[in-house]
Amino acid sequence: MTSYSEYTEYTVGEPIEDELAPSGPVSERWDTRRFQAKLVNPANRRKHTIIVVGTGLAGGAAGATLAEQGYHVVQFCYQDSPRRAHSIAAQGGINAAKNYRNDGDSIHRLFYDTVKGGDFRARESNVHRLAQISVEIIDQCVAQGVPFAREYGGLLDTRSFGGVQVSRTFYARGQTGQQLLLGAYQALSRQIAAGNVEMHARTEMLDLIAVDGRARGIVARDLVTGKISTHFADAVVLASGGYGNVFYLSTNAMNSNATAIWRAHRRGAYFANPCFTQIHPTCIPRSGDHQSKLTLMSESLRNDGRIWVPKAKGDTRPAAEIPEDERDYYLERIYPSFGNLVPRDIASRAAKNVCDEGRGVGPGGQGVYLDFADAIARMGRKAVEEKYGNLFDMYERITAENPYEVPMRIYPAIHYTMGGLWVDYDLQTTVPGLFAIGEANFSDHGANRLGASALMQGLADGYFVLPSTINDYLARHPHKEEVDAGHPAAVEAVRETEDRLARLLAVDGDRTPDSFHREIGELVWEFCGMARTEEGLRKALDRIPQIREEFWRRIKVPGTGEEFNQSLEKANRVVDYLELAELMCLDALHRAESCGGHFREESQTPDGEAARKDEEFTYAAAWEFTDTGAAPVLHKEQLTFEYVHPTQRSYA
Amino acid sequence: MALTFWQSTLGKKIVMGVTGLIMIGYLCAHLLGNMKIFFGPGEFNGYGHWLRVMGAPVLHHQWGLWIARIVLVAAVVLHAVSAYQLSRRDIKARPQGYVHAKPRMSYATRTMRWGGVILALFIVWHILDLTTGTTHSGGFQEGHPYQNVVDTFSTWYGNVIYIVAMLAMGMHVQHGFWSAAQTLGAGSRSRDRALKATANGLAILLTAGFISIPVGVMTGVVS
Amino acid sequence: MKLTLRVWRQKNADTPGAMATYQLDGVSQDMSFLEMLDILNEELIVKGEEPVAFDHDCREGICGACSLVINGDAHGPERTTTCQLHMRSFQDGDTIDIEPWRASAFPVIKDLVVDRSAFDRVIQAGGFITAPTGAAPEAHATPVPKADADFAFEHAECIGCGACVAACPNGAAMLFTSAKVNHLNVLPQGSPERETRVLDMVSQMDAEGFGGCTLTGECATACPKGIPLFSITAMNKEWLRATRKVKR
Repeated sequence: MTSYSEYTEYTVGEPIEDELAPSGPVSERWDTRRFQAKLVNPANRRKHTIIVVGTGLAGGAAGATLAEQGYHVVQFCYQDSPRRAHSIAAQGGINAAKNYRNDGDSIHRLFYDTVKGGDFRARESNVHRLAQISVEIIDQCVAQGVPFAREYGGLLDTRSFGGVQVSRTFYARGQTGQQLLLGAYQALSRQIAAGNVEMHARTEMLDLIAVDGRARGIVARDLVTGKISTHFADAVVLASGGYGNVFYLSTNAMNSNATAIWRAHRRGAYFANPCFTQIHPTCIPRSGDHQSKLTLMSESLRNDGRIWVPKAKGDTRPAAEIPEDERDYYLERIYPSFGNLVPRDIASRAAKNVCDEGRGVGPGGQGVYLDFADAIARMGRKAVEEKYGNLFDMYERITAENPYEVPMRIYPAIHYTMGGLWVDYDLQTTVPGLFAIGEANFSDHGANRLGASALMQGLADGYFVLPSTINDYLARHPHKEEVDAGHPAAVEAVRETEDRLARLLAVDGDRTPDSFHREIGELVWEFCGMARTEEGLRKALDRIPQIREEFWRRIKVPGTGEEFNQSLEKANRVVDYLELAELMCLDALHRAESCGGHFREESQTPDGEAARKDEEFTYAAAWEFTDTGAAPVLHKEQLTFEYVHPTQRSYA
Repeated sequence: MALTFWQSTLGKKIVMGVTGLIMIGYLCAHLLGNMKIFFGPGEFNGYGHWLRVMGAPVLHHQWGLWIARIVLVAAVVLHAVSAYQLSRRDIKARPQGYVHAKPRMSYATRTMRWGGVILALFIVWHILDLTTGTTHSGGFQEGHPYQNVVDTFSTWYGNVIYIVAMLAMGMHVQHGFWSAAQTLGAGSRSRDRALKATANGLAILLTAGFISIPVGVMTGVVS
Repeated sequence: MKLTLRVWRQKNADTPGAMATYQLDGVSQDMSFLEMLDILNEELIVKGEEPVAFDHDCREGICGACSLVINGDAHGPERTTTCQLHMRSFQDGDTIDIEPWRASAFPVIKDLVVDRSAFDRVIQAGGFITAPTGAAPEAHATPVPKADADFAFEHAECIGCGACVAACPNGAAMLFTSAKVNHLNVLPQGSPERETRVLDMVSQMDAEGFGGCTLTGECATACPKGIPLFSITAMNKEWLRATRKVKR
């Protein structure tokens, strides 16, 4: 057993650099890189196999596009169908710098907003590329038949979103993620039918196979039969999403997990900024200990809803009985120019603050009101229904309260993870041949993601970026030798996987996988959640190895490995959370500044805003794995800002 | 294309819909003709005679009648074969029901299959009774349909068989007409009320109309 | 709340299953139905029994994974997905029957988990618009009348859960298939493949062993997303139109 004192004594290794982003004007870098990238002759593409793990917006889009280009794609998802990836649950919308509203939007403004929104911890080159591509994404999705909201003239409608002052968010009622994902799924389905994509549903990646330092395949488990299999390719793409489920309660799907990226990390891929996690301000508060997940209410609700709490502490009157002058519309009061539309991290922290003051509403005082009374009076109930009907219905189903009549109660919850595998401009990790796209990588959102930008990034990576960069790797590294299941690296990876599963089944203890997941989640939420302190983080780092030790003594997994066994799946994911949680806390401990979603109580301005320490921390922290529980090595990637100069973010 | 059409579940349903509508059309005409029974034997027997000379002088004696019969037999056969094949398929597609079973579709919907079988048996009896006279009760007289009808409805079983069959027909028509409209793509949200009303109206009219005949005989209005 | 649960248990596709009875205490009204099953499973694991397998993922009613027939109703008594059904819809002391989707095109994998890959193959047969990445015209090049866009959206809402098939006495997949056909066929972007789409999807639907439609309306009643029964009518119209236009 290791103790935190050992783990926290990390060493600082060689700095890491993104060598691929071209220099020169930021607006020309993507074109330059695309031109520099070597191409693979169309006739040769089908000789190249690419493994894609995950079928969300990034993975689905990448699989479809790569297959269309002629590559042989082998794709995996743990769900029973690629259509169920958790991108489907994104509600609000997708940003694009179309400037259809003529409201002063531009690629440069989207770039600026995103860098600023990310609290100056993202790469300018990547973000600018994202803003450029945003425009093409909308065209692509419309061509696929995505039914975006339209106006009576037949043109696309847009709305505004947190952290920006233009209306650039395209949406499909409250189901934008669903519609975009189905677009990608349908494109993928077309390639499956054409025989260009070999799809393995209900199959989970459990390890990466690296040969001579290059990613050459994966170990996967068929979740129906329990069969462990190996798959080989010329490159492996991870599009397995974020790691928010380490918190147990999050808005992620129940089975979203960090295993693919964590196993890749253990095989050499650096993990960057793990402490940058996003707390979404508008979730339905938890109702009791039985709670298994949290449900998001789209941020778009903040367009028309007003957030408030009673002015007095411990005011338990029903909302309707609290007169106007006894209400504190605290976001409008503190941030008059952005009001209810401040970025997520700010809105979340403000909610936590008022609840900590004892002014929270609902059972347990862990909630604030999101009130639509004014909007209904202004626009009429019908218009509100048209815009948010499905969200209101969802709220009512969960809480049995009618939000047309009583204000919604909301509270922040873990929603997204900005951190992820470190990638260069080509989206390649530090393991050559291993790429990470979408939420699985760390690249575009810095320390905080703006609303409606996750869909944009997932699709940008999947449809446009990766398919223009992976060819460079494939062209430069033609794999002459075949790798198969008999290769020592493959044998070793399979053995390790089988051993791990066998061990889980053999312990036969007295605690369920869920109980451990809940325990580690509560710990991370308490000490590495909305506000973090050195003391708390050290406490967590002390506790995590103990939980890990207890896990391997007391875990109970019924059944066998050779069958459909959801407990085994779960337990195996918890194994990785128990390691990832430790790295998150260490990263949060080492970053002794506040920025974006990472709020260190020691580092705040006199009025309680996050205080960055740019001289010390203007870098991305990329961690190298050494061993379970052993101190990792930190590689710093210095960030430079040539176009958007770091300032204290102000939304007042 | 024809093969694709017939092999598809949708194609077979369309065949059922079209043939069903043909039969409903026939039933309407048949009812109109039958109503002449209330105007005495002369009118009714005259109508029976006209059926044989229908289309003259272009058509030879009874040709019109035989064309109608061929169309009807084809419709019945196609309707029944499609129904049989589709039902076989449907049962195969849902071999195991729920332990917690509960009925919830309308009675008319649930009885389409058995109602169809009842109607098929009724048609056989009806033809043997009043067209060929094979099973007719009181001495079948060719060319005297009025008397034949009165004879049939003077027996208790004649009335029972006929009235039960007409009730089954009514329900079959009610769901069948609306279904055919949906199958042929004629339904829509805005048109649904009108379609349902038409289906109900047709079902009531046909059932009441046909049942009025045995009732007429029983009450002595027709004798 | 105290409940009696009767749950379909089946070890795997090749072993026959049966209903098993469990008593469960301490259920709160605020729990979702799946959270109630989580509690049952936690108890079973600790007792050394195999937990009940069921499909679930997002638990917010959009991924379409959850798929339980509760007291004979697909997704239970409310018009929603199983994951969004809450225990306040039940009474203390209730006996609840929980069964998997039943259709021969959806074979049981284990307990309450079924194989719905037939749906994927129906989509693969034509449920897409061929729009290679990068080849798209400017989004505003083709305006779409709002009515058509709304119609498309209404059908695009389908989450592919399969409740329509589970509720249909014939195990038909007409509502699922029609939802996708209508979504894409009404849009100008979908019109070049309009005929082949409906013909191919319907023939795949038949090939998967789904039953035919007898317009009982059970599918639309069970649909958690409210796809209307007219969706089927509209597809029938598209299919009929396509058979006239396409010569094969």
